[in-house]
Amino acid sequence: MDAAHAPTHGHAHDDDHGHKPSGIMRWVKSTNHKDIGTMYLWFSFTMFLVGGVMALTIRSELFQPGLQIVQPDFFNSMTTYHGLIMVFGAIMPAFVGFANWLIPMQIGAPDMAFPRMNNLSFWLLPPAALLLIAAQFMPGGGAGVGWTMYAPLSTQAGPAMDLTIFAVHILGISSIMGSINIITTILNMRAPGMTLMKMPLFCWTWLITAYLLVAVMPVLAGAVTMTLTDRHFGTHFFNAAGGGDPVLYQHIFWFFGHPEVYIIAIPAFGVVSQVIPAFSRKPLFGYASMVYATASIAILSFMVWAHHMYTAGMPVEAQLYFMYATTLIAVPTGVKVFNWVATMWKGSMTFETPMLFAIGFLFLFTLGGFTGLVLSIVPVDVQLHDTYYVVAHFHYVMVAGALFSAFAGIYFWLPKWTGRMYDETLGKWHFWLSLVFFNVTFFVQHFLGLAGMPRRIPDYAVQFTEFNMISSIGAWGFGLSQLLFLYIVIKCIRSGEKAPDKPWEGADSLEWTHLPTPAPWHSFEKPPVLK
Amino acid sequence: MSKTWMHKGAAACALFFWAVSAWAESQIRHYQLNLQTPQTLLGGKIYDLHTIITVICFVIFVGVFAFMFYAVFKHRKSVGHKAAQFHENTAVEVAWTLIPFVILIAMAVPATGTLIAMRDTSEPDLTIKVTGYQWKWGYDYLKGEGEGISFYSTLSTPRAQIDGTDIAGRKANPHYLLETDNHVVVPAGKKVRVLLTAADVIHAWYVPALAVKQDAVPGFIRDTWFKAEKPGIYRGQCAELCGRNHGFMPIVVEVMEPAQYTAWVAQQQKKMAASKVDPNKTWTLEDLKAHGEKIYAQNCLACHQATGMGVPGAFPALAGSKMVLGPKADQIKLLLAGKPGTAMASYKQLSDVDLAGVITYTRNAWSNKTGEAVAPAEIKAARN
Repeated sequence: MDAAHAPTHGHAHDDDHGHKPSGIMRWVKSTNHKDIGTMYLWFSFTMFLVGGVMALTIRSELFQPGLQIVQPDFFNSMTTYHGLIMVFGAIMPAFVGFANWLIPMQIGAPDMAFPRMNNLSFWLLPPAALLLIAAQFMPGGGAGVGWTMYAPLSTQAGPAMDLTIFAVHILGISSIMGSINIITTILNMRAPGMTLMKMPLFCWTWLITAYLLVAVMPVLAGAVTMTLTDRHFGTHFFNAAGGGDPVLYQHIFWFFGHPEVYIIAIPAFGVVSQVIPAFSRKPLFGYASMVYATASIAILSFMVWAHHMYTAGMPVEAQLYFMYATTLIAVPTGVKVFNWVATMWKGSMTFETPMLFAIGFLFLFTLGGFTGLVLSIVPVDVQLHDTYYVVAHFHYVMVAGALFSAFAGIYFWLPKWTGRMYDETLGKWHFWLSLVFFNVTFFVQHFLGLAGMPRRIPDYAVQFTEFNMISSIGAWGFGLSQLLFLYIVIKCIRSGEKAPDKPWEGADSLEWTHLPTPAPWHSFEKPPVLK
Repeated sequence: MSKTWMHKGAAACALFFWAVSAWAESQIRHYQLNLQTPQTLLGGKIYDLHTIITVICFVIFVGVFAFMFYAVFKHRKSVGHKAAQFHENTAVEVAWTLIPFVILIAMAVPATGTLIAMRDTSEPDLTIKVTGYQWKWGYDYLKGEGEGISFYSTLSTPRAQIDGTDIAGRKANPHYLLETDNHVVVPAGKKVRVLLTAADVIHAWYVPALAVKQDAVPGFIRDTWFKAEKPGIYRGQCAELCGRNHGFMPIVVEVMEPAQYTAWVAQQQKKMAASKVDPNKTWTLEDLKAHGEKIYAQNCLACHQATGMGVPGAFPALAGSKMVLGPKADQIKLLLAGKPGTAMASYKQLSDVDLAGVITYTRNAWSNKTGEAVAPAEIKAARN
C-alpha cells in the first residue's frame, strides 16, 4: 500500500492543501475526489433530465394510437438514446459519483489512488454526451437502432451511428479508468486495521463492480468497433453474405450486456446495505454472506448472456443451459433480499426519506427480480421476449432498483456532503410521488406485454389504448416529480439547517464516526485509528 | 412530516389504491390482463407454465414481504421497539440458500419438458418459408398441400387512419395495424413448420395466440412450428426492431378447416396461373405505367412517397432524380441489386413484368417525362 499511498498523500499536501483554485478552474482541474464526485452526480442528474425528456417524448406519442407527435424514425431515435443516455449517462455516473465521494472516506484514505486520472475519467463524459446529443442533428436524424445497436440494422443506419459508436468508446474508456482507480484505491489505500472483511458493504460492492467493468467494457468496445469496420472498412463480421453472422453481434453485446445489468445493480445493493442497517439501528444480518452473494452474482453474470437471445436461434441444449444458469441467479439474489429483511427484523426502525427509498427499492426490485425469473423460463420468454413485459421488468430493476437506491443514497449522504439537512417533508413527498407514479407508469406495462404488444413501436393496435394512456400519465407524473427532487437538493445546499456530524443515529461507517460535517476538503491526511 | 400528516398521507394512499383496485375489478373482464387465449396445445402448456411460475413467485413475494411489513409496523422506534443486535446465523443462511434452490428445480422440470416439445419441428404436414423484408413479410409454401403458393403480405390499414386524417376510421377499425392484404392460410389440426429468414435486417415472426416467436435472421434459416386446433384468424406483429416501419408489418394467420383449405389452395393456384403473363405479349408504355403504379404503391410508396418526393434526409426523391432520368440499365441494376448500406433493398423477387412496370412508371410519373418504356425482356436480360 505504500507505493500508492505515500505519493498521493504527499501530492495532496504540497499542491492542494489550503489553496484550491477558485471559480470554474476548481472544477476543470480538480483532482479532489469530493469535487469530482460532485461533478459526476450533477452530470448524471443532467443526463437523467435529458433522457427523461426523451422518455416523455416516447410516452406522449404512445398516449393514444396513431402517429400524433413524432414520426417513426424520430421515435426510434428517442428509444435508442433514452436507453443509452440513461444507462451510460445517468445511472452509471451516479454510482461512480457515490464511489468517488465515499470510498476514500469509508476506508480511511486521503483521496483516490490516481487523482489526475480521476479528473480525466470525469472529463471524458461531457464530450461523449455531446456526441450522443449531436447524433440527433446528423443527416437522417439519430440512429433508430435500439440501445442494443443490433447489426445489421446498425450497419444500415446513417452517420449518427458513427457518433454513437465513438461516444460508446469514450464512455468505455472513462469507465475502465474509473474502475482501475477504484480497485487500486480499495486494495492499496485502506487505513491500517481496515481489513477487506471490515469494509462497509458499499466498498465491497464497488470493488466487485469495478472488476466487472474492467472485464466487459472492452467487449462492448470490440462489438461497436466491429460494427464500425463493417460500416466503413469492408469487413463482414455481421454480414452473412461475407461469411459473417448477425447473431455474433448479439452474443458479443450481451456478453457485455448482462454483466452491465449487475454493474448498475450491485452498487445499488451497496447503498441499500448501508441505509437499511442505519435506520434499523441494527447491524447488517449477514455481512459475510452478503459479500459472497454479491461475488456469486457477479460471477454468474458472465455465464447467462444468451437469455437475452432465446428467440435469436440456438440449439435446444444451449437454451436449456442458459435457462438453468439464469434461474440460479435467483439464489444469491434471494440471499440478499432475505438479509435485508432480516436486518430490519426486530430493529428499531425510523422512516426518514433514505429509508423510505431503500424500502421502496427492496419491494419493487424484488418484484422486478421475480418477473426476471418468469422471463428466464424459455417457453414463457418466447411469448414475452421483446414485448412490454420486458420493458416493465427492466424498468422495475433499473428505476425502482438502481434509481431509488441512488435517491436513498443522495438523501442519506447529502448532510455529510453539504453540511446541511434536506427538507424531510419534501423528501417524503418526493418518495411517495415517485413510488405511486412509477407504478402507474410501469405496472400496467406487464399487461400490455402479456397481451402481446411489442416494444419499440411508435403506434399500436387499439386494444392496447387504455393501459398506454395510464402509463403515459404516470410517466409525466414521475418526470415532474423529479423536478421536486432538484428543488429539494438546491434548497438543502442553499438554506438547509446545519447538520450535525452524525445526523443518523444508526450510521456507523468512518465518514460518520471519524469526520466532521460537512466532510472537510481533505478527509484522512493521517490514517484514522481503528479498533 | 408530522404524525397527522403521515396519517392523512397513508389514508390518501389507501383511498387511491382502493379506487384503483375497484376500477381494475370492474374492468377485469373488459381488458386483456394475461396472455392471449392459446390456440395450440403447446400454447396451452406455455400458458399453464407461466401461471404456475407466476403463482410461485407471487406466494414467495407475499411471504417475504409479510415479514418485512410486519417488521415495518411492529419494529419501529415510534412504537418504542428496542433494536435487537443479533446477526449471522448459519442455519438460517443455509436454509434460505437451499430452499430457493429446490424451488428452482421444481420450476425447471416442467419448463424443460415444454421447451423440448417446443423445439421439435420434425414431421410437419406443411412447410412454409417466411421471409422478413423492410417492411413486409413474404410467404412461400414449400412442401405439403399448397406447395408452390407464394405471396407477399403487407399492412392494409389505410395511411389516413395512421397519420390521423381519418380518426373516425381508426376508431371503427377493430384490427387497426393488425390487418394485411394477404393472410397466411393454414389448415386446422395440421403441424405447420415455419422456416424463417430475412432479406435485409433481423425481424421476428410473432403470433401470440399460436405461441410462436422466432427471429428471422438475414443469411440464415431458423425454424419453429405450430398446430392450430380450430379455425380462426390470429394476429401478430414483427417483434424485432427492424427500422422505420417496424410497427407496421403485421402477421395475420387464417386457420381453415382442411376441406376449406383445399379449396383455398385450388383458388390460389388458379389465380397464379391466370396471373402468369403471356411471354409473347407486347406491352405498351401505358399498360406498363398503369401496372407499375400498383407495384409502386405496394413496394415503394412508404419511403419514396406518392409524390415521388421521398423524405428529405432519409429517402431520396425520384421525381427529377438523376438516377431515374439517367440510363435505363443503371436503374434496372439498382432495383435488382439494391444499394448496400441504405434502406434500398434488392427487389429481384419481383417479376420481370412488375419491375418493368415500376421502372416505366417512375420514368414517366410526376415531373419525369422520359417517354421511355422498359420492356420485361430487358429485365430478364439484366438478370443474367
